[in-house]
Amino acid sequence: MMDCIMDGVTVLFLAGGLFFFITATIGLLRFPDLYTRLHATGKGDTLGASLILLGLGLYSGISTTTAKLLIMMIFIMLTSPVATHTISRAVYNKGVKPWVREVDG
Amino acid sequence: MMQEIFEYTTLCLLATTLLCLYRAIVGPEPWDRAIAINVVGTKTIIIVVLIGYLFDSLYFVDVAIVYALFNFILTVALSKQIEFGGL
Repeated sequence: MMDCIMDGVTVLFLAGGLFFFITATIGLLRFPDLYTRLHATGKGDTLGASLILLGLGLYSGISTTTAKLLIMMIFIMLTSPVATHTISRAVYNKGVKPWVREVDG
Repeated sequence: MMQEIFEYTTLCLLATTLLCLYRAIVGPEPWDRAIAINVVGTKTIIIVVLIGYLFDSLYFVDVAIVYALFNFILTVALSKQIEFGGL
């Protein structure tokens, strides 16, 4: 009974992570500019990876693997926003203007 | 049951990785390629962990930790290259 509940929670976490990854991919493909693409991928990637790692940790129970997965989750939550910020700062210092919608007249 | 769910999750992640490779190859500017490579690296970490669960050999988790470190260093080095034209 308890195993069934934990498996269901794991499936929920995996589905949430897949949803965020697919959202990040659609944003990366469809948005017009670097900054908007970073807006999509920076959040979607961090949340998707964290949710899937958390779900796998719940599936394993209390073990060394869960500790490693949690360490990896914390590391990704620390470094992925830093990487996003580094790329956007580099491109902004290079002088690339953000995209604006063309206004008629 | 759970093995099949892990299989389908891995297949969905592989499909989205292929879609991201389109941006990495075609992407009009160098920085578009940089963020596409960042996304592909994050997805690769998750795929390696899931493959470890599929094959019941959890040593793959250590490989994924090392890959996460390399992914971060790669992104910082690429942004330095974009900003200053060198490291």
